[in-house]
Amino acid sequence: MTPHSNVKDHSRTTSDHSSALLQIRSLSKSFTGVQALNAVSLQVNKGEIHALLGENGAGKSTLIKVLTGVHPRDEGDIQLDGRAIHARDSGHAQQLGISTVYQEVNLIPSMSVTENLTLQQQEKSFGLINWKKADTRARALLARVGLENLDPSRQLDRYSIAIQQLIAIARALSSEAKLLILDEPTASLDASEIKQLFSLMTQLKNQGMGIIFVTHFLDQVYDITDVITVLRNGECVGTFPTASLSRSDLVSHMVGKSLDDLATSSDHQTTGKPQNTLLTMQHVGKQRFLHPLDLTIHAGEIVGVAGLLGSGRTELCELAYGSTKPDQGHITLHPDSSATPAAEPTSLTQKSLRQAIQSGMGYCPEDRKLDGIVAELSIRENMILALQASKGWWRSIAMSEQKKLVDDMIKRLAIKTPDMDKPVGELSGGNQQKVILARWLITHPKLLILDEPTRGIDIGAHHEIIQIMQELCEQGMGLLVASSELEELVMFAHRVVVMKDHHKVAELRGSDVSEQAILHTIAS
Amino acid sequence: MINERNLPIFATLTVFLLLYGFGMYEYKGFRDTLVFTNLLTDNAFLIVTAVGMTFVILSGGIDLSVGSMIAFIGVLMAYLITSLHIHPILAIAISLIVGIAFGAIMGMIISVFEIQPFIVTLAGMFLFRGLAYLINLDAVPINHPFITALSDIYVSVPGRGGLTFIAMAMLVLLVVGILIARRTRFGMNVYAIGGDKQSAALLGVPIKKTTVKIYALSGLYSALAGVIFAIYTSSAYPLAAVGVELDAIAAVVIGGTLLTGGVGYVFGSFLGAMIQGVIQTLITFDGSLNSWWTKLAIGGLLLFFILLQKAIVFWAKKRSPAT
Amino acid sequence: MIDIRPPIKATNMKKHHALQHLLKRLQKQPKTLAPFVSLLLILSVTALITPGFLEIKFVNGHLYGSLIDILHRGTPTALVALGMAVVIGTRGIDLSVGAVIAISGAVTAVLTVNTDWPVWIVIACALGSGLVCGLWNGLLVSIFNIQPIVATLILMVAGRGIAQMITEGQIVTFHSTVLNAIGNEFFLAFPIRVWIVLGMIILTIVVMRKTSLGLFIEAVGANVRASRLVGIEARLLVLSAYMFSGFCAALSGIIIAADIRGADANNAGLWLELDAILAVVLAGASLAGGRIYLGLTIIGVLIIQTLTTAILTSGLPVQYNLVVKATIILAVLLIQSPTTRQWLAKRFQSKRGQNAKKEQNSTSSQNHGRADQ
Repeated sequence: MTPHSNVKDHSRTTSDHSSALLQIRSLSKSFTGVQALNAVSLQVNKGEIHALLGENGAGKSTLIKVLTGVHPRDEGDIQLDGRAIHARDSGHAQQLGISTVYQEVNLIPSMSVTENLTLQQQEKSFGLINWKKADTRARALLARVGLENLDPSRQLDRYSIAIQQLIAIARALSSEAKLLILDEPTASLDASEIKQLFSLMTQLKNQGMGIIFVTHFLDQVYDITDVITVLRNGECVGTFPTASLSRSDLVSHMVGKSLDDLATSSDHQTTGKPQNTLLTMQHVGKQRFLHPLDLTIHAGEIVGVAGLLGSGRTELCELAYGSTKPDQGHITLHPDSSATPAAEPTSLTQKSLRQAIQSGMGYCPEDRKLDGIVAELSIRENMILALQASKGWWRSIAMSEQKKLVDDMIKRLAIKTPDMDKPVGELSGGNQQKVILARWLITHPKLLILDEPTRGIDIGAHHEIIQIMQELCEQGMGLLVASSELEELVMFAHRVVVMKDHHKVAELRGSDVSEQAILHTIAS
Repeated sequence: MINERNLPIFATLTVFLLLYGFGMYEYKGFRDTLVFTNLLTDNAFLIVTAVGMTFVILSGGIDLSVGSMIAFIGVLMAYLITSLHIHPILAIAISLIVGIAFGAIMGMIISVFEIQPFIVTLAGMFLFRGLAYLINLDAVPINHPFITALSDIYVSVPGRGGLTFIAMAMLVLLVVGILIARRTRFGMNVYAIGGDKQSAALLGVPIKKTTVKIYALSGLYSALAGVIFAIYTSSAYPLAAVGVELDAIAAVVIGGTLLTGGVGYVFGSFLGAMIQGVIQTLITFDGSLNSWWTKLAIGGLLLFFILLQKAIVFWAKKRSPAT
Repeated sequence: MIDIRPPIKATNMKKHHALQHLLKRLQKQPKTLAPFVSLLLILSVTALITPGFLEIKFVNGHLYGSLIDILHRGTPTALVALGMAVVIGTRGIDLSVGAVIAISGAVTAVLTVNTDWPVWIVIACALGSGLVCGLWNGLLVSIFNIQPIVATLILMVAGRGIAQMITEGQIVTFHSTVLNAIGNEFFLAFPIRVWIVLGMIILTIVVMRKTSLGLFIEAVGANVRASRLVGIEARLLVLSAYMFSGFCAALSGIIIAADIRGADANNAGLWLELDAILAVVLAGASLAGGRIYLGLTIIGVLIIQTLTTAILTSGLPVQYNLVVKATIILAVLLIQSPTTRQWLAKRFQSKRGQNAKKEQNSTSSQNHGRADQ
């Protein structure tokens, strides 16, 4: 979307061809019109830990899936050890020497550790599986990841996610792996477990294995990796030696902005004076979810939430809305004191979602398909769902009223559809997002929480949605908007909360709101 | 060491022993080995069906067609032997191949067209019953020296009991089933698919191929049950074995297999079917109890085992250090 | 062909309005046409094979004929299918309806014989037994989170035992003028039970469409996570869906008992759950929840009943019934499956590419697939 500067100049020019393990040349992949990977090239050497970084939707997981044969490639060339490879599926990729450990532990929780470690690779005697041999082998594999004392006959899900993650790595090592791909393996590990993992990675590296390491923890990138490749919008931004790439440069590459470029681009607006207090969150947090934080949102104000992937943006939105209940703190919704001076503030901490909606909350979730639209139902039904739910099933909104409301919304939000009875699943992403927005506008909310409202939609709709948000704000609504698009966030937000590692690390306001400031906060 | 996942099968074993012990305590006749060997013979076809069903349920599926398959195979076999005068061995072989083929076709529809097993095997249930009717409307006796010879095989055991051919055949099929489940790559793949289909695919398990094999295996086992049932009754009847699919599913669930798939043992299904047999025998011995108590007891046991499994899963989740 | 207009006229404007609505929907969603086409096809084929199949005689103020017979015999399945459609809409299934029919029949018979309670109380008790059964299923599904197939399997197995316990293992016969009337007598030229079912269908459609119950159930069935986020509480909805299904099955059980003037705990409603599920699937509903097609479900029931009656009257051996039924289910399933649709869509797109025609894409290809059955 943003024409990024030609940063490929920074990339490694001295690639040692003798030690090249994996070479990817101009790999492309598109899904029904969306270009997920665009001519990506990448080289991983033997004995190298290679970080693969990028925001959500940058193309990391697509790259891994094409590499392991889960998705077929459109174009491009993949070589492992100098031989062109075409993995048919992940089992085949494993035979070829590429082992992958995914973020979500991809083992069978209901089977024993031994069964998991030897699945599809069992040793047989007389045509039947020899469990004694399997057990010995499982113990040997576990020893490699430092789990000598683990009982492999127990069911996998008896162990913590961290241990399961290590077991998954042990399994990945069980075949003759030349290249190990670790996709966000540290998300569920604690500090000592990460240390253990890193020492294992170093050991494997010294044995000559190539490792692709995907993570969103920048500290870890600098702790362990040799080389960094950054993807953005399906394109390779560049490959850099870790030692010579500064943190702020790395962050700029990831979000597609150079800090120098930003020095002048402060088109941030602070019009629209914040009015009454709308929502207060006091010390709201939840264990293993979000560190307790304070936040106040005023009427007629857009509060942005910035941070890298996995920083706690979505978690903050979920707690504020109440779809995840905090285990500490208070959330209070304040009445409009100009309209009803005597009204008491409402505590939302223990209220049901329906009560929250009735008091004036609305929420557009990040995952539109899974949490937002009801694909089989029509535009009309999707739009009135929230209002109808808050009224209850017996007080049905009259059809004429429904049609009027929906018709207004289709016009107001310029939704492109032949009629309102079309199933929402058949609309484009941008129009689906508008339908969800309309669903809440019909309820006349006081506070609207939007998580990534502009993700995965075309540029035109992008603009329109931002305009709508600004209009709503001018009409006195409060908005809490989480977004990975810093440029946009800076443009429309009056205040920006910066998240990092599930903590609120800063709250920028007024003239402090700039991409530069946000990037500095994230990178520091 | 008692593993959590062995808990349901221990519960099943306990229930079986308690019921059997109660019978032995209460009735003298129950103490004879005859009761036990009769249980093996009378429930042979149900146990064989349940063994095949175990694989289907372990994979997270269900097979409603087994009862009709038993009737269809019986009628087909009778037709081949009595009308076409084919030797029983060949007739049995043909019937088994037909069973495998129909199972495989259902498996193919389930995996290729991604239609729920419930509905596909429901169609199979109608189809096989209908095909049985098409071949024959009435009960036909199967009179052939070979079949009679098979029925006459009897190995005495201490006491008055003895193992019939079909009891022995059932035990062999049970052992084969146990070996397939625990000692072959296919068996492990079944557990993996039932445990987590997506992960299994990423671990390299061939999902579609395995699914076809699972339903083919269930087809084979229910065809075998059909053969056993035909030998047991020395006749074939298109209305035979109505509702056996329910008994088989109940046997599998009472045997400790999770209906969601992934957890369970073939041996548990054997125990589950035997429990149903013991309940029936107890009711017969009692004389004053009515037959509906069987259904109530089996329904109650189903509820007990389903809740037990829920409790174990719940308890396991609570105990596991991180989720 | 003598038409079946009287009931439509009799229910006047409301039905008329519903018809218009239906026609409108047909224009927009041609796939809803399939059940109608199938029914007409089966009717015409049967009429060709069996002369007089479409004949309806008017004797003593009663209508007689194969078509009336289809309506008459289809009533129990129609009721059960109505409840099943709602349960399937919530992404569930109710296997226990056959057993509930047996229980409610047993309650009706035993209370009629053993007490001198007025018939209305007896009927209320029978319906109440269905509600209790539904409550049990609903609790297991929505509170204990047990898979619907498993949860309702328990009552499917134990329910007939309960029914036998109520009747003490006997086939209890009874005599009651009101129940006999429900079973076999006529009102305004049509069997009374057809009127009862018609009333139930209209009531259900009105409740589902005039309140937002239908919308909520469809939303929960299609996307339970999104529904939660807009504040729809799924548990109570799912619970009431199973209770409704239990109620419908109990009503069906009363009609079946009234028909044979007795309660047969072993055979009443045997395998009716399968016919009901089939009818719902024939109507185009997905077992994975979502859209509920109540009207089309009834068409599905009529298709099944017409097949049965047609095979009976055509002189074909009865045993063809099951084979034909199975073949039709498989055909419908294969046509509805996503794999086939994708395949058809691809083929048609490439064909269109060759012919360079500009038409609406996926809908036309689906259409063609449907019409082929």
